[in-house]
Amino acid sequence: MKRRVVVTGLGTVGSLGLDTASFWDALAAGRPGIRPIETVDRSILRFANGAEAAGFQASSYFEAKEADLLDRFAQFAIVAAAEALRDAGMEPADIAGPRTAVVLGTSIGGQQTVDDGFVELYRKNNPRGNPLTIARTMPNAAASMITMRHGITGPAWTVATACSSSNHALGQAFWAVRDGLADRALSGGSEAPFNPGFLKAWEAMRVIAPDTCRPFSLDRKGIILGEGAGILVLETLDAARARGARIYAEIAGFGMSSDAHHITQPSADGAAAAIRMALDDASLPPEAIGYINAHGTGTAANDVTETRSLKQVFGTHASRLAVSSTKSMHGHALGAAGALEAVATSLALYHGLLPPTANYSSPDPECDLDVLPNAARHAKVDAALSNSFAFGGLNAVLAFRSPDAL
Amino acid sequence: MSRDEISARVIAVIAKTQHLDPASIQPESTFEGLGLDSLDGINIAFGLESEFDVNIPDDALPKLRSVADITDGIARLLEAKEASA
Repeated sequence: MKRRVVVTGLGTVGSLGLDTASFWDALAAGRPGIRPIETVDRSILRFANGAEAAGFQASSYFEAKEADLLDRFAQFAIVAAAEALRDAGMEPADIAGPRTAVVLGTSIGGQQTVDDGFVELYRKNNPRGNPLTIARTMPNAAASMITMRHGITGPAWTVATACSSSNHALGQAFWAVRDGLADRALSGGSEAPFNPGFLKAWEAMRVIAPDTCRPFSLDRKGIILGEGAGILVLETLDAARARGARIYAEIAGFGMSSDAHHITQPSADGAAAAIRMALDDASLPPEAIGYINAHGTGTAANDVTETRSLKQVFGTHASRLAVSSTKSMHGHALGAAGALEAVATSLALYHGLLPPTANYSSPDPECDLDVLPNAARHAKVDAALSNSFAFGGLNAVLAFRSPDAL
Repeated sequence: MSRDEISARVIAVIAKTQHLDPASIQPESTFEGLGLDSLDGINIAFGLESEFDVNIPDDALPKLRSVADITDGIARLLEAKEASA
């Protein structure tokens, strides 16, 4: 018999604040964290705004020597993991050892360290590379550092599937706990994309909005990049009950698919296949779903395609779904996006409050779903989905059940 | 710059960035006919910006679907550049 898996701890760093309480306050209020970019010289960019983790200083969390070993993406993950463990009420002895897994997602790992190294080498003509570059840059650095800090000796790995990375990570962590590979997991993802080289690459892709992110709105103009981390503590329902833990939500199912279509254009069929697989894996009928945290990037292509995929799977029930894109507030944090959205979805189920799609201004007939424009809605729903669809056509969908349904 | 000259240089940019024989591209060719998609369009725009020393705004991209569209757009950008010079 498969074990049931629940979320009992949450940790968040991002543009809505440096902890989960601030994150949820902003989501509940519909208040975006999108502002003029501060950490990169805007004069070299054609766009001005981002969703940076304002006020995040490594020195607030790490000794100078520790910080030397950590790219910003790993710093975010470590800080969020520590918060998630505190939130779960877990003591060091509860998580150390071989029965805890760490599964994280990131799209680009320590890209900022790479960019800094290239400035030294190519611009300053300094032929000597920083000896800590490899250790800081490797995408598994965040997961490895978390195992070391907490004495976790169970399975640990990192998933890189662009914008789906942390949904793929959470799905695999969920399966690992459900199937007995581990008894608990720290899972989610982190991303730190604000460095000049990477922002120029996004600029050239021409998908960054000049003002703000307006998912599903007729006048949407693209994404706003975000940064941060979301980390969730997953454990078996039995273990959570035995220790009297607070349960935010159950992770009930996971589905993934590949479009086999185009390296940047999405496909409704591929997204629909992942949604169906998540519902099957959770043994949930489509009619049980009340809320969907959409991928909702705010690009012309994604939002129309995602709407079509939801209609494909849900049929007439699609019009009864509440659908929102919290990227309108925390930005598109790439490999951390799914993790931030899993935190948002867990809290939505726990509080019975569905976060809105912010910055929404006018309906698009091709995105004619109930997208919770600009204001959160009080609603107890039994089950929810969180969608992530990546460049490269790799789709990952998580299914959650309300804690009231346990 | 004459329209024909712009068109010829647009064709050269499309040929170079898309690894196509310039002789296979005509002034009346469309992206659809050439088998080009939106990502190819982004790449072509990048080449055009260097070739003509102009900035093509993001929201113009979806409208550029043929050699003629691009030639008209570049002509307008060059006129605006001359007027402001």
